[in-house]
Amino acid sequence: MPAGDPVLDVRDLRMRYGTTDVLDGVTFTARRGEVLTLLGPNGAGKTTTIEILEGFRMRSAGDVRVLGVDPAAGDERWRARLGVVLQSWRDHGKWKVRELLRHLGTYYAAYSAPGITRPWPVDDLVQVVGLTGQADKRVGQLSGGQRRRLDVAIGIVGRPELLFLDEPTVGFDPAARREFHDLVHRLTDVDDTTILLTTHDLDEAEKLADRILILAGGRIIADGSAEQLSRRVAGESEIRWTQGGTRHVHSSADATRFVRELLRQHGDGVTELEVRRSSLEDTYMTLVRDSEAGRATTAAAVFEEAL
Amino acid sequence: MSGIATAARAGLARGGIELRQTLTTGTDLWTYLFPAVLLTGTVFFMRHATVPGTDISLGARTLPSTFGMGLAFSGLMTVATMLVTDREDGTLLRAKAIPNGMSGYLVSKIVLVGGMTLVGFVLQLVPGLVIVEGLHVDVGGWLTLLWLVPLGFVATMPIGAVFGSVIDNPRNMGLIMMPIIGLVAVSGIFYPIGAMPGWLQAVAQVFPIYWLGLGMRSVFLPDALTVAELGHSWRHLETFGVLALWAVLGLALAPVILRRMARRESGSAVAARREKALQRTA
Repeated sequence: MPAGDPVLDVRDLRMRYGTTDVLDGVTFTARRGEVLTLLGPNGAGKTTTIEILEGFRMRSAGDVRVLGVDPAAGDERWRARLGVVLQSWRDHGKWKVRELLRHLGTYYAAYSAPGITRPWPVDDLVQVVGLTGQADKRVGQLSGGQRRRLDVAIGIVGRPELLFLDEPTVGFDPAARREFHDLVHRLTDVDDTTILLTTHDLDEAEKLADRILILAGGRIIADGSAEQLSRRVAGESEIRWTQGGTRHVHSSADATRFVRELLRQHGDGVTELEVRRSSLEDTYMTLVRDSEAGRATTAAAVFEEAL
Repeated sequence: MSGIATAARAGLARGGIELRQTLTTGTDLWTYLFPAVLLTGTVFFMRHATVPGTDISLGARTLPSTFGMGLAFSGLMTVATMLVTDREDGTLLRAKAIPNGMSGYLVSKIVLVGGMTLVGFVLQLVPGLVIVEGLHVDVGGWLTLLWLVPLGFVATMPIGAVFGSVIDNPRNMGLIMMPIIGLVAVSGIFYPIGAMPGWLQAVAQVFPIYWLGLGMRSVFLPDALTVAELGHSWRHLETFGVLALWAVLGLALAPVILRRMARRESGSAVAARREKALQRTA
């Protein structure tokens, strides 16, 4: 794959179950080293998308290239360049952490490439994910958070060029979630790995992603950095001020104009002025609420209009 | 080194590690010892009864048959159970997510089940040879074991893998367990097949359990005991033939079914099973 080619190139991806279109023309690309978040309400098709890209699920239509290869026809050499972080449950409970990672690493030994020595040396890997103290423990004795770090270690043991994480922090308490975010940041620092992760949590997407793709109604309805998306969200802003000892609140689509007028009329009588633009979060929450109420397509259209 | 060679080596290593784990985990040790204890106890109490018309003890006659049954159980049940549980807990999906992981996984299961069967076999054989009089193995017997045991594996393991691929829920393992126990009952393991009605004899002779029991008896019992067998012979040729047929059938069927099963594995499939299992326990 030439250096300039996208790591992920998805065009008009469609997935149909019976008569329902779960994915209805998904299109996006990812460059080398990018951290991409696929954000969307539950049932938006995030998992379906990621499973198609992983080569675990056959698509109905569309052109998909993952590391330059169609995942439906990906061979073992292609597989060796990918990492998939799976949600562990109770598998490999009798294995010791170091033993399992060393064993899984041996599968990658035949697939080293120029500049990438596979697999990742076990002791380094254990250290990167912060499991040095548990390296000789049985997997079944790890805490929930430790198991998730092991999941990540298993996902990256082959030094993937592209890493998939599907809803990696579901069921985490805030501390575990934060710890996990730190780990993802560390990964992107260590290697030039491209990461695609899915989440339904905007906050998480903003923390982790270089670029957010919002998936709703079977399509990508927004694509950009958190900042770009925030700026594009229009909608009503809320203006609060105090005048003559009373607190006032007003909503306006054009806050600047309203404030200019307010100050022109009342001048120094206006104090404690606050302008709050409706945030990406507000708009996204509306999308989520409407989608969960079964109005996914309309909700997506409304959201798109707001951008 | 090519990917396939790596997978074969990794599979062997994995099987070895997992076999060692069964020998260092309490519950696994118990599953090894329990049948051995049960069997040795049973045979011990049967030591004064004899096979009608001979002076061979009933225990001596039963023990080899149960070796055959044990082999069939390992091949059919152990493999099926492992596949079903490994699919439910995501072990198989992990294998699918790494290069040549599925090949490695299959190699490891063959090593693991083979090893477990051997350990179980030895644990039953040694006390059996000590306690039970009348068991003896000559050179011909050892040679028979050399083809019978591997062939028994090849005849049962692929079929077990097919069962394990078709069944989606560990709670449904009984669907396989019941017919197999039924087959054991009519296969002359505990009760001579000669006393069964003709049609049951015919049914038993279609399946590998009867032939594995017969083969084992031919190894450990004196030839005089052929009087208690159908056709008054150990019927090695037929044993080989029927087991080979099952082997061919299984080897033709298993790759197709396994591939189909593996193709369907994905994160969401495992998540759905986990959801179901958690609902059951809640």
